[in-house]
Amino acid sequence: MVAVDVKNLVKHFGSTEAIKGISFTVNKGEIFGLIGPNGAGKTTALRIVSTLLQITSGSVSILGFDVKKKPDEIRKLISYLPEDAGAYKNLTGRAYLRFIANFFEKRSTQEMVSLGVEIADLGERIDDKVDTYSKGMKRRLLVGRALMTDPKLAILDEPTSGLDVINAQEIRKIIKNTAKNGTAVLLSSHNMLEVEYMCDRIALIAEGKIVEEGNPKTLMDKYNANNIEEVFMRVVT
Amino acid sequence: MSALGNIIKKEIKELLTPATILPIVVIALIFGSIGSSMEGFQEELHEKPVLGFINEDNSILSTIVTSILDNESEVVFNSSDIEDKQYGLEQIKQQDGMALIVITQNFSKDILNDTRGGLEVYWIMKGAGIFDTISSGVVEGLISSINREISKALIEDNTTVNASIALWPTSRIDTTYFKDREIGLSPGAITGMLSSQSMLIPIVIMMIIIMAGSMVISSMALEKENKTLETLLTLPVKRTSIVTGKIAASAFIGLIFAVIYMFGMSRYFQGFQMSEGLNLADFDLALTSSDFILIGISLFITLIAALALCMLLGTMAKNYKSAQTLTFPVTMLAMIPMFITMFTDFDTLPFALKIFLFAIPFSHPMMAPKALIFNDYLLVISGIIYVSIFALVMILIVVWVFKTDRLLTGSTRKKWGQFFKKRF
Repeated sequence: MVAVDVKNLVKHFGSTEAIKGISFTVNKGEIFGLIGPNGAGKTTALRIVSTLLQITSGSVSILGFDVKKKPDEIRKLISYLPEDAGAYKNLTGRAYLRFIANFFEKRSTQEMVSLGVEIADLGERIDDKVDTYSKGMKRRLLVGRALMTDPKLAILDEPTSGLDVINAQEIRKIIKNTAKNGTAVLLSSHNMLEVEYMCDRIALIAEGKIVEEGNPKTLMDKYNANNIEEVFMRVVT
Repeated sequence: MSALGNIIKKEIKELLTPATILPIVVIALIFGSIGSSMEGFQEELHEKPVLGFINEDNSILSTIVTSILDNESEVVFNSSDIEDKQYGLEQIKQQDGMALIVITQNFSKDILNDTRGGLEVYWIMKGAGIFDTISSGVVEGLISSINREISKALIEDNTTVNASIALWPTSRIDTTYFKDREIGLSPGAITGMLSSQSMLIPIVIMMIIIMAGSMVISSMALEKENKTLETLLTLPVKRTSIVTGKIAASAFIGLIFAVIYMFGMSRYFQGFQMSEGLNLADFDLALTSSDFILIGISLFITLIAALALCMLLGTMAKNYKSAQTLTFPVTMLAMIPMFITMFTDFDTLPFALKIFLFAIPFSHPMMAPKALIFNDYLLVISGIIYVSIFALVMILIVVWVFKTDRLLTGSTRKKWGQFFKKRF
């Protein structure tokens, strides 16, 4: 079942064309990666899918709902983790999770918070103020926040950005498990090796256009490359 | 370039931005215009006051009074019959005059019999601002001259008048006509009694607006800086709920400020109303409970308007630092009416300035106490209606901004372009 259906998506910021007619789909239970350099249009695409930005032309459908017409319905089904996102510094980790859980009606707040606490895995520090957390702890809390609501679609912008190897590895495992449970995951990353490890399918994006799309292994075979980084360099140059 | 020079150059470039220069230029301009206004008032002090008099006595000493008035002021009405008082007041009012002085019957006789000679001063007061009563000070000076000259005449004639009478030979009864009211006090005394409203209320209101406004702008800026806003906007919550929630929470805190302020103010007024043996209530110049309620409503609505405006400004903030600059327009909009209402009266302002002051939503709670003392309910209620409309429009604009890309990208050019293209 298709969870995300993007068709000929175009996004202008004034005279700048950030996205130039991209199309892709993400299926239920699939991890789909948007890969590309800075300024390629990855974050813009994720923000549009997350209902944060408006479409210039084209269409985006999330689980059958059009982002232009039904953004409120879509927000009940998705979870978005922005790159370098923060949490409210004066709240404790647990209070922050409770604050977010209170917006969702489908499950009990306590259930969601318990799941968030489990995913964040911060031990006793969950009851400390967010202000006292390290970058890794904050990111784990935010991943917990993003996945505790059991979203139908998780949109993760650079989910392991700035994390050390151990923290990054744990978060990757959590994301993979989430997808196994049926959640569609749309993520962006600079880290080609991470993408190769995590994603079922990827789209290489450069200057607002998708230049290649497919299964990482198939793409590596197609371009006779040892890793996705090499694929990317061959496609772009 | 040396390392020191390199650092100095970088620091100057960072510190000397339009955002840092503009507030200084505007503040300099405000103080410059205050200075120009003061020059105008200085000129007013040197102008001859426009007066009228009725001399019921027609004796040697009363002639001293009339000759001083003739020489030192511009007399537009004079008579010897008290029956002409009302007509005289109308004449003086038409000539934009200030007072009618009545030299009572037996003026000279009373002084020579060790009783102070009676002068009745009927003031025509135009405004209750501090600057509005500067010209009445000139008349007060004239009355002092009258006393001095009569004293001199008594001493030169070696009269046997009691020394204290000789040193201050007149007694005075003041009646002030102001906003369709007859008050048994001089304009100076009225202004002095109202000084608490004139000075303190605008300052406190300005502080509440700036404090609550800064909170909202900073809150928006921090949401952006910490990227919590992006998360919030993707949650299943309506934009209107986010805007209303933020404004309502800040308004609640603002309301606490307002309640503390109202409590402090009412205690403060009570203290002043009984000061110097004068009770404002005796002159029908005290605020009633319903007046306090109207002031509270005016203040609360203004607070909502200020918060909605600040929220709009907050949407433009990129980070906490830029938020500090964005509080500047709000500070200016609070400071301008504060200065105007502190020193002048709405009624005595030129028409253009009246419109300007009325248009600034923060002016209304500053003007409300004085207006209510003189039963100017029209100004207060129309102010509340205007500020409510202003607040509603601001909230609608903020909600619209929350629905556009502007909140995250800082640009609506394309959207405006599309908006006009569709409609025209």
